[in-house]
Formats: sequence, structure tokens, C-alpha cells
Amino acid sequence: MAVKDYIRERFFPHMWCPGCGHGIVLNSMLRAIDALGLSKNEIVMVSGIGCSSRISGYVDFHSLHTLHGRALAFATGVKLSRPELNVIVPMGDGDALAIGGNHFIHAARRNIDLTAVVMNNRIYGMTGGQYSPLSGQGILATTAPYSNIDSDFDVVDLASAAGATFVARTTTYHARQITDLLKAAILHEGFSVVEVMSQCPTYFGRKNRLGSAVDMVERFKKITTPIGSKAKREHPELIERGIFVQKETTEYCSAYDDVIEKAMKGN
Amino acid sequence: MAKQIKFVQGNEACVEAAIYAGLDFFAGYPITPSTEIAELLSQRLPRKGGKFIQMEDEIASICAIIGASLTGHKVMTATSGPGFSLMQEGLGYAIMAEIPCVIVNVQRGGPSTGLPTHGSQGDVYQARWGTHGDHAIIAMTASSHQDLFQITVEAFNLAETYRTPVILLFDEGIGHMRERLVLPEKGEIPLVERLRTAVKGGVDFHPYLPREDGRLPMADFGGIHRYNVTGLYHDMWGFPSDSPPIVHGLIRHLVDKIHNNVNHIARYKEYHLEDADNIFISYGSAARSALHVVKSQRKKGERLGLLELQTLWPFPYDLVREKCARARFVLVVEMNMGQIVLEVKRAVEKPDRVVLANRVDGVFITDADIRNTLRIIEGKGV
Repeated sequence: MAVKDYIRERFFPHMWCPGCGHGIVLNSMLRAIDALGLSKNEIVMVSGIGCSSRISGYVDFHSLHTLHGRALAFATGVKLSRPELNVIVPMGDGDALAIGGNHFIHAARRNIDLTAVVMNNRIYGMTGGQYSPLSGQGILATTAPYSNIDSDFDVVDLASAAGATFVARTTTYHARQITDLLKAAILHEGFSVVEVMSQCPTYFGRKNRLGSAVDMVERFKKITTPIGSKAKREHPELIERGIFVQKETTEYCSAYDDVIEKAMKGN
Repeated sequence: MAKQIKFVQGNEACVEAAIYAGLDFFAGYPITPSTEIAELLSQRLPRKGGKFIQMEDEIASICAIIGASLTGHKVMTATSGPGFSLMQEGLGYAIMAEIPCVIVNVQRGGPSTGLPTHGSQGDVYQARWGTHGDHAIIAMTASSHQDLFQITVEAFNLAETYRTPVILLFDEGIGHMRERLVLPEKGEIPLVERLRTAVKGGVDFHPYLPREDGRLPMADFGGIHRYNVTGLYHDMWGFPSDSPPIVHGLIRHLVDKIHNNVNHIARYKEYHLEDADNIFISYGSAARSALHVVKSQRKKGERLGLLELQTLWPFPYDLVREKCARARFVLVVEMNMGQIVLEVKRAVEKPDRVVLANRVDGVFITDADIRNTLRIIEGKGV
């Protein structure tokens, strides 16, 4: 099928700014779904609130556009009640890790089979450019006019520590890698996290003098490197891309099936 | 077959009723005095193939049940004051997206952490207006375990009928008190099942286009119809919209579907209203003390009556006005600083004849408390 067979053309044009990275994530995600040959009826996309979360409205799946930060909690209800569905949860950085941080670590801890996609543009775009828990120190934002003093989370470290059994990172420059990682994440049985570093030229880029959208995307090529590369050894400040965690442990819904079996025996 | 009789806590009666109604998904977080509901359901639900999950907080709990309702399940969560505060965000979402669900609030003393182990009826207005924005809500209560069973089943029925969250406002007294419960047999209380769309696959399905009777048939997530659900104002496809006619139409629909059906939603019981000089209006556990006063004073020749409200929201104004038309005084008996009393004043023709008989110190309101108020309005002194 063509990528456009997976979108709701009725609701286009989308609301993202010119140069926004979220469209690249959408496109790469649809290519992953197409490559896996998943039926549209078996996919539920659950999102929260923010620019990134509008992605769920544009796709021709079952789509649940929820509350700020709560996507994973809604998704947990969808998945546990219908484990056969593929549940994909695109979130923004503030959405996933500030207001939704608690839900994020607990979903990871449970190892429930959800595919969490953190579209990390390091800023609250929809509200006009405030700093997020992924902005990091020294960043300028509309709520950090003297530069940000808040430390940032490392999504990969946080997800791994919380128990996610698939953790990966890439950028919008590496669109094909987004597709590859999402394919693996969707197939993975357990909680998977894919961080996609994405550009917000309108707020993050402009405030921090990072140039055009194209400049920002090219910068992702310069500041990242494959996991364990020679470049990383020589330049430790480079951000690694690839799959950091991929392990098989009991998935939550299948563990609950065992609970049901035990409870029924005791009846 | 002999009826099954149990001696149970109110919280257990609620669990029995929820299972009877077809509950098969529960998400919750421990909080006194509602915790027994979660504990019992963690045991009962998997036995019938249902699902129980203890979430990280009450915010997540209500979100999880909304997600599970969308896949076609009957869902519930249970909490108390502080947890109910956290659920207000999700409650508004369920109202806006029209997702059937049942939320139990076993009330304790507030505000804040308040009195965790003592009864109160302080959340009546929170149930009405706790979530932001204009909206309608259904909230119900009961004063005995038998009624609690019936009302809980009806809460599930109303949630399906009107595609809305329904709040069960019990209180610590009812939740923890033990009392006889006769379990109704299968079929004894009719059940309303999910109304699913008859639209066939491949035909454009409008998930938010109400039928002529105002009802909205649903399609399960995972089924043949794929559509969008959002907490934003949305069009008939469920897609976000800020078009004024769409916004106006949706808020009117959300409010009208409840308020135009007040009489269908109203549940109440009445005792000796026909010749009553003075009428008590009460609900939940407080109604037990009010009924006790009615019965004991009647023996002394005092003509008292009781209107026990089981549906608190939408408030049945017409019903209250009619029932109180001939009363000299109306005493509203409740365990708060005066919440339903204000609605009763709005309902009746002579609001200055409406008096509050309350108790707010964490102690269950007694017949003496009520009698004292009665003596004061009759000019007898305490």
C-alpha cells in the first residue's frame, strides 16, 4: 500500500509548522506499519496533548487523542482489555516526561506491550516555546529568558532504568532508521521506547539560533553517531543512535493471562 | 432456588452489583475508605476472565478505564476524596468523548486528606462541578446495601444509555457498615448492554452523529470502524473542530442528553409524604437517621415524611417541588455544610422554609441531631 492509504486525507492539511520534524516521524512510522503488513483495524494510536499528539488524528487507525501526559495510562486500558491490538503511543517530550513522567516509568516497569514514541524537540511547541524536561541547561525558551538552569532527562537511560525492554534512539535526519527501529519496537513483546530527536524550527530553533529547519536536521547528523562507533570513542559528547536495550522478559498482558488461569482454577 | 443472602460491607455490595451488571475491567488505586472494592475485584474479576489493574495513581486509573471502555468493556474505578480530585480531569474527558464508565467515590471527610476513616457527604458539589467547563453529570447514591446494589446496577445501565460517566457517591458509613444483602437472581434487574452501531464495514461511520433519539451507537476499538476520539470539541467524525456551530451543537448535546431526561434518571424513595406536615429530604447514609426520626416521631403522632433522593445529579427540581408543595418546613439532612439544601431551596416555592440539619464532625448524624433541629424550627428550643 502507499503511505497515503494510512492517512485520513479528509483532515489534511495538518497543523504542523513548515519545517517541523513531526511529519517525518509520521511518514517513517507509516512505512514501518506498511512494511510489517499490519491491518489498520488492529492498530490503536493513543496520544496525549501537544503538537506531536495531533499525529493520531491524521492516521486511519483507531485513534485516541487523550489528555496531556496521560496517553500511556489510556493506552494501558486499551491494551490490557484487548491484548491482541497493536498500541502505538506517540508523545512529545513534555507530554511523555514532565506531566506524563509517572505514567511513563510505570508503563516501563510493568513491561506492557506498548510502543512509546517520544518525539523529542526539546520544547513545548503548542504553547509557544517553553522549556521542557528534555531542553537541558543553557537553552533559551520563553520561560527561560536568562537560559535554562534545569537539567534534562536522558530518555534512553530513564526508560532503561525504569524497566523498558526495548529502548532505541534516532533522529529525523535518519528517517529510514526511524522506520527500522519502529518496526522492531512494534514487533517487540513488551514496553518499547523509541526516542526520535525532532526539530522545532519555529520555537526551539529560532530562540537558540540554530538556523533553518534544514540546518537543524543536518545538525542531528553531526551531533549523533551509531552506538559503539569509533567516533563516539573519539568524541564522547556525541549522542548515540540505535538499539540500546532489547531483551525478552514476561509481558504484562500475558502475565495477567496466568493470573486469570490461576483465579479460575481456584474457583 | 433459594435466594443467596450475604452479610456484607457496602463496598462488597457494590462489587457484587458491578459484577452482576457485567463489569469486566477495573483500574484503581488504594485509598481509604474505598480500598475493599479494589481488593475484592482483584480476586473476582480474573475468575470470570475480566481484568483488574492497580495503576500508579487515580489519574491513571480513570484514564485506563476509559481506554478499556472503548474496546467494548463495562468498566469502573473506585476512590475517595483526594483520589476523586485527581480523577476530575479524566472525568471531563469521559463526558466530552462520551465514554460509558462508572466512578465510585466512597466519601470521607474533606477538604484535603481530611478524615480518611470517617464518613462525610462533602463531595456532592464536587461531583456536579469538579471537572472544569460546562457539563451535565449523573451522580447517584443509596442508604442501604440492597438499594446500593440496585443503584450500582442502574449506574452501569445509565452509563450505557447516555454514553456518559456515572458517579456513585457513597460514603464511609455505607461503605464499611455490614448489613444483609439478598443477591438478585440473574435477570431480576434488567441490564442495558452497549449499543453498537449497525453501520456495515466500508460505509462512512459517524461516531459522533446522534440518532434522532439522541443516542450514539458505539463501535469497539479493534473492530471494523476506525474513528478518532478526542477531548477537544469535535465534529461527527470525532475530529477536532472549533467551528462555532459545531461547538454549540456539541455542548448542547452533552448537557441536553442528561437534563432533558431528568425524570428518566431520577431515582428516589418516599416515606409518609402523603400527609406530612414537615418533610425531610436526605440521601445516602444520613437518610437512615432521617427515616429513624420519621418512624419514631410518627408513633408520637407527629406527621413527618421523608423524601430520600438516590439521584443527586441531575437534580430532580420538579419532583422536589411537587413533593414539598404542602409541607410547612423542609429539613434537608446531610453530612456537610449544606450542599443539597441549596438545590432544594432552588426547587421549592418557599425557600425560607427550607432548613439544614447537618453534622460535620466526622460522627455519623444521629436521630437526636435531627430532632434538635426540628425542635428549633418549631420554636421548642433544644
